[in-house]
Amino acid sequence: MQLTVWTYEGPPHVGAMRVATGMEGLHYVIHAPQGDTYADLLFTMIERRDKRPPVTYTTFKGRDLGQDTAELFMEAAREACARFKPQAMLVSSSCTAELIQDDPGGLAKGLGLPVPAIPLELSSYQRKENWGASETFYQLVRGLAGSHAPAPGAERPARPEGQRPRCNILGPTALGFRHRDDVQEITRLLNTLGIDVHVTAPMGATPMDITRLGEADFNVVLYPEIAATAAKWLERMFKQPFTKVVPIGVRATREFIAEAAALAGVDPEPALRDADSRLPWYSRSVDSNYLTGKRVFIFGDATHAVAAARVATEEFGFTVVGLGTYSREFAREVREAAKQYGIEPLITDDYLEVEAQVAELHPELVLGTQMERHIAKRLGVGCAVISAPVHVQDFPARYAPQMGFGGANVLFDTWVHPLMMGLEEHLLGMFREDFEFHAEAGPSHLGASAPTETRTVGTTPAAASPTANIQEPEPEAAPTDGEPVWSPDAEKELRKIPFFVRGKARRNTERFAKERGISRIEIDTLYDAKAHFGR
Amino acid sequence: MSAEKLRDIPVIRERGQNSMFCGLTGIIWLHRKIQDAFFLIVGSRTCAHLMQSAAGVMIFAEPRFGTAIIEERDLAGLADANEELDRVVARLLERRPDIRMLFLVGSCPSEVIKLDLEKAASRLTRQHLPQVRVLSYSGSGLETSFTQGEDTCLAALVPELPQAPADSAPDLLVVGTLADVVEDQFMRLFKDMGITRVQFLPARNSREMPAVGPNTRYILAQPFLADTARCLEKRGATRIAAPFPLGEEGTTRWLRAVADTFGVAAERFDKVTAPGIERARRGMARMREQLAGKRLFMFPDSQLEIPLARFLHREAGMELLEIGTPHLHRRHLAEELELLPEGITLSEGQHLDNQLDRCRAAQPDVAVCGLGLANPLEAEGITTKWSIELVFTPIQGYDQAADLAELFARPLLRKAKLRV
Repeated sequence: MQLTVWTYEGPPHVGAMRVATGMEGLHYVIHAPQGDTYADLLFTMIERRDKRPPVTYTTFKGRDLGQDTAELFMEAAREACARFKPQAMLVSSSCTAELIQDDPGGLAKGLGLPVPAIPLELSSYQRKENWGASETFYQLVRGLAGSHAPAPGAERPARPEGQRPRCNILGPTALGFRHRDDVQEITRLLNTLGIDVHVTAPMGATPMDITRLGEADFNVVLYPEIAATAAKWLERMFKQPFTKVVPIGVRATREFIAEAAALAGVDPEPALRDADSRLPWYSRSVDSNYLTGKRVFIFGDATHAVAAARVATEEFGFTVVGLGTYSREFAREVREAAKQYGIEPLITDDYLEVEAQVAELHPELVLGTQMERHIAKRLGVGCAVISAPVHVQDFPARYAPQMGFGGANVLFDTWVHPLMMGLEEHLLGMFREDFEFHAEAGPSHLGASAPTETRTVGTTPAAASPTANIQEPEPEAAPTDGEPVWSPDAEKELRKIPFFVRGKARRNTERFAKERGISRIEIDTLYDAKAHFGR
Repeated sequence: MSAEKLRDIPVIRERGQNSMFCGLTGIIWLHRKIQDAFFLIVGSRTCAHLMQSAAGVMIFAEPRFGTAIIEERDLAGLADANEELDRVVARLLERRPDIRMLFLVGSCPSEVIKLDLEKAASRLTRQHLPQVRVLSYSGSGLETSFTQGEDTCLAALVPELPQAPADSAPDLLVVGTLADVVEDQFMRLFKDMGITRVQFLPARNSREMPAVGPNTRYILAQPFLADTARCLEKRGATRIAAPFPLGEEGTTRWLRAVADTFGVAAERFDKVTAPGIERARRGMARMREQLAGKRLFMFPDSQLEIPLARFLHREAGMELLEIGTPHLHRRHLAEELELLPEGITLSEGQHLDNQLDRCRAAQPDVAVCGLGLANPLEAEGITTKWSIELVFTPIQGYDQAADLAELFARPLLRKAKLRV
């Protein structure tokens, strides 16, 4: 048993729903008890979809157990097929139905439905949402495209003369982080290269479209967490190569263009020349100097976290101080990336562990998910969202891709936004005790971003005068055996250090003093320690 | 009498897919109400995901609820599952020393694998008393829908309540979670009527739970408390029958039922309630202008549907089409059913697709529905009110009557305002 308050991923059947809801002409029947229907609201509320997910739940109750739950399932499947007239169906059990072992796949087969019913085995007690999406997509592709595969050993026929190269885009689903806009951006990019997009799947595809996947020359895998398994199968069965580079950031986009152009046998130049990215110049412009070496903590699904670390380092000049993922299936990729930055990767799905590490590392910026947004808010650190899970505000009305050159522009804007602007930071450093412009104040262009530490317990509205805001949140150091003691002057000087690095400065100074047998920390000790540890 | 009334009202009874939450969602308000209690769901990842999705937003201040997620190896042997549970509870209590009452909340998977949480609770109570008392109840979708989770929780509390002495003066117990502000308003009204021995279940703190005994007169503040009522009666308490305190009329009748039980003089009752009645009517006058004649369709959700429909019809002048409820408790709703107009249709249970067809055919001015249906219905041109807001908002009592009506008026007003 695992004690959980908030989870990064839902159960695997939610992943299956993301695939089904992204598609057209597909219907998913889940054998599930009453209450599991909550999952509809993920799509209708968080993503603001204007249609119900194409999902029917059997919603069995206690009184049905041991009587006729199998009959309930068959009735639901029959009715859904008749009412929604899908081209194909998915059938599976949710966690509870797995335990009662009704075998939806077998039952659906027995019904003699007029359309294919693809059974999913989702292992709810071992697996999670992204795995569920990946497995569902793979089973769909296998089940629907499989019969069109060429005989083993047969060569792929050459593309007819004069026909433009074609690729499929694989991976986008409902409820995906910016999938809608990424697809648009990458489709345009491929078109610039003279490559046609044959089928985009799951998002927007019908089961009929899935049967035609093998006709394309190659596959573009945008979200490996969802599409890698299916792409590998397509490679094996149809000899379709697939792209390995995920085009997040300017450099990765350029590499992606080169990779796609090579697979299609076209000239990459038109797309490279047409680089409408403002990121390189914005990053080189002098006001971006203040971004140099900003300490950034990154957490998300593996693909987005690894990409963000690279962009942060190579394109923003940040220093990556923490990198992690909740996707255990892709831990290897994150470990390799972390090695490059000389840091220990954090592979966990426990947000408390993530919070503890953010608190310890004192980053100046957090790039994460909805969870890290809350963590950063609690700790008073700026944050931008780079990965699912996300909330309603991360499905913006405007066009806001993460991928391609357009996506790089979006990254520049969203990552810089939470930070203190260059000169503002200097002024803060110079006049720390200004009551409005004190060290605990957030960036002036962000309204309610004051860190929570400034809210001292018991402060009534009447007492919340400007001076109340600069109360030192950290407890006074009390003399203990063997621990160095802070002189009042040194303690006061410490408060002039911005709050997000103050804890570290305190710990470093104490360590420095202890190692040298200094029992009382004076102002000089503080600066000696600063010189010793450097930055 | 009420049975006869009910014979006149057509009730559609359906079975099929329903779109209601399970009882676990009750934790969303219960964990805020009982301030030193923690709710530990023993369930699956689905339960945990439901909890963080259902509230619409995450209440990120570390909440007083969590999920012990059952994993593959827990399914292998129940002995180990119990050991695991003990470990999780020990770790939890270590991290939250402020917790005085722990609820183990059963889920669909824990019930299917027959993990005996009642037994686990008494074992854990022995381990953790006097610091923490451990209770258990079911929030599973197999046994409960939505607000029934509060019912099973309170029903688990009742046997634990202190015994009131047999010779004590009669006291009043108000049963069902109310917003603190509403509780305080009712408390003042009771005090002004001279009823001073008043307690609420649940109390705001596990150490202040009310005593109960044969001299307890209880009144339900919520219509979904069938089990709790049964348990209270087993302890000797007597129910005061009344409509529910929604709207001016409901509140007055509810208060009057209490006043009559405690022998409050009519004159005093009128004097105490007059200002509230006047304010509620003043507030409702404006709302009535906006709502009168509008046609209402309700999907089943919280069991509040029938009292709400009564209020919206009699005080706001709305026309009632189909009123769906997950479960129709004839005895507790007898006084409400008396007040419903002729010609309405009730439905109990749900076949979602059929009900959506009826809703589309009826083309109501407002449909009350769950979060999964709201945007799809809006996209079809049907104005909606999310039902979940009705359990997360103070709506009972005189001073909330107009607020309650406003929840229904706002979507209509918005529809009229928007030009895009």
